[in-house]
Amino acid sequence: MTALAALTGHYLRTSFANRFAIVFGAIQPLFYLVIFGPLFSRSGVGSWDTLVPGLLVQLALMSSGLVGFGVVFDQRFGVLERLRVTPAARSTLLLGRVLKDSVVLLIQAAGIIVLGYAFGMRAEPVGVVLGLLLITVLSIGMAALSYAAALTIRMELFAPVMSTLVIPLMLLSGALLPMSLAPAWLDVVSRFTPFRYAVEALRALFAGPPTSPTVLWGVLVTLVFVAVGFTIGTKVYQRENT
Amino acid sequence: MIHVRGLTRSFGAVEAVRGVDIDVSKGEIVGFVGPNGAGKTTTLRMLTTLLRPTSGTATVADCDLFTDPAGVRRRIGYVAQGGTVGPFSGVGEELVLQARLYGLSRSEARERVTRLLEELDLAGGEKRTAGQLSGGQKRRVDIAMGLLHRPELLFLDEPTTGLDPQSRTNLWGHVRRLRAESGMTVFLTTHYLEEADALCDRILIIDDGTIVASGTPAELKAAHDAGTLDEVFLAVTGRELREGAAA
Repeated sequence: MTALAALTGHYLRTSFANRFAIVFGAIQPLFYLVIFGPLFSRSGVGSWDTLVPGLLVQLALMSSGLVGFGVVFDQRFGVLERLRVTPAARSTLLLGRVLKDSVVLLIQAAGIIVLGYAFGMRAEPVGVVLGLLLITVLSIGMAALSYAAALTIRMELFAPVMSTLVIPLMLLSGALLPMSLAPAWLDVVSRFTPFRYAVEALRALFAGPPTSPTVLWGVLVTLVFVAVGFTIGTKVYQRENT
Repeated sequence: MIHVRGLTRSFGAVEAVRGVDIDVSKGEIVGFVGPNGAGKTTTLRMLTTLLRPTSGTATVADCDLFTDPAGVRRRIGYVAQGGTVGPFSGVGEELVLQARLYGLSRSEARERVTRLLEELDLAGGEKRTAGQLSGGQKRRVDIAMGLLHRPELLFLDEPTTGLDPQSRTNLWGHVRRLRAESGMTVFLTTHYLEEADALCDRILIIDDGTIVASGTPAELKAAHDAGTLDEVFLAVTGRELREGAAA
């Protein structure tokens, strides 16, 4: 417990020392909110209430999806090796980082929601809070997978591979335009990606009571995603680096 | 302090360490010498629980390496070859984190870090980043990382590689003082033979994954009728150990 608190605190201090990076990590969804949102809300496809939940999932993919970059430097400068030789459990070393990432994501997501309200989003406050919780959980799975990828693929490939991977995942989730508009084949493909369920659950949460089957499915898929992501992340963290 | 029998490690078809026996007593400074690629770092990383041996038995700091790696980690300090902090982090922050991972409370950790930095001639350097430190200062920060929890046994992997002669001598002084003050056992690798000669009570020469000679510097020189350890090395391996081969 001491170890986890120390690690999370350390990573948070390091992150907050560079506040610009926290804003920059949310820059893509922010651009979509400010530049794409006004068009979207007048397009007849949907309103701010449709777009903002999608942007939150985009945020989880973009922000948490790229956190692995930090561990690449840790590996290169011997920090990871130094941490591995302490009695702290490997899973704790990973969890300390991931908890920091989820706090950062929570702050970024809150910022986007506040801006969303300012632009005219109308959403249930209870649903918004539950939605924040869901997106934070999703980000834990995403961050763990990002670290696993960073420690597995060559360091110079990490950024291009991940940023290329998250774009189709984001589009397939229906984050920008809802999948109800999609032709049948695209709709089917989209159902194989976990983030679609999170997007739909968030939209349902923002729109009304948190009891619809859509919300349940979203929560269920997200929990499975986190379990799988964290298991893979821990496995990779435990692997000896030779 | 270290008892190792028949330790091996293969990477795929390559046998990097091929049956190594090591015995180190409490309070000794032992030098592990050999050319690059001889298996020094691989052996060290096995003894520090970072690599799982392919076969063999080993007790490190009274704990079995295979059944109690956590016990080994609690009792040893390890300073890797490649450094311990990134270029942008404040070294105090990183040292306190490391101390807390060894179970020290926040206040204990802070106190210990201040104290260690003083002892290593880095007093007041907490706020500085590794990028602002000289090579010798950085290496002393690395060594502080391995000393936070007052280990009984300290592993140093090429502690002086890349340092200028003055910083090297300075670092030897610190290692000697640590042993004198706390009775700490030190196991270090080096490819500077005169360093091993000046600093170590005993020397193990490893070549091609096996230990080819061991003894005190005087014993080794006597046995091979040599004036320097360089001549000993040439006699047992048939090759020169080129100094500073990989700075």
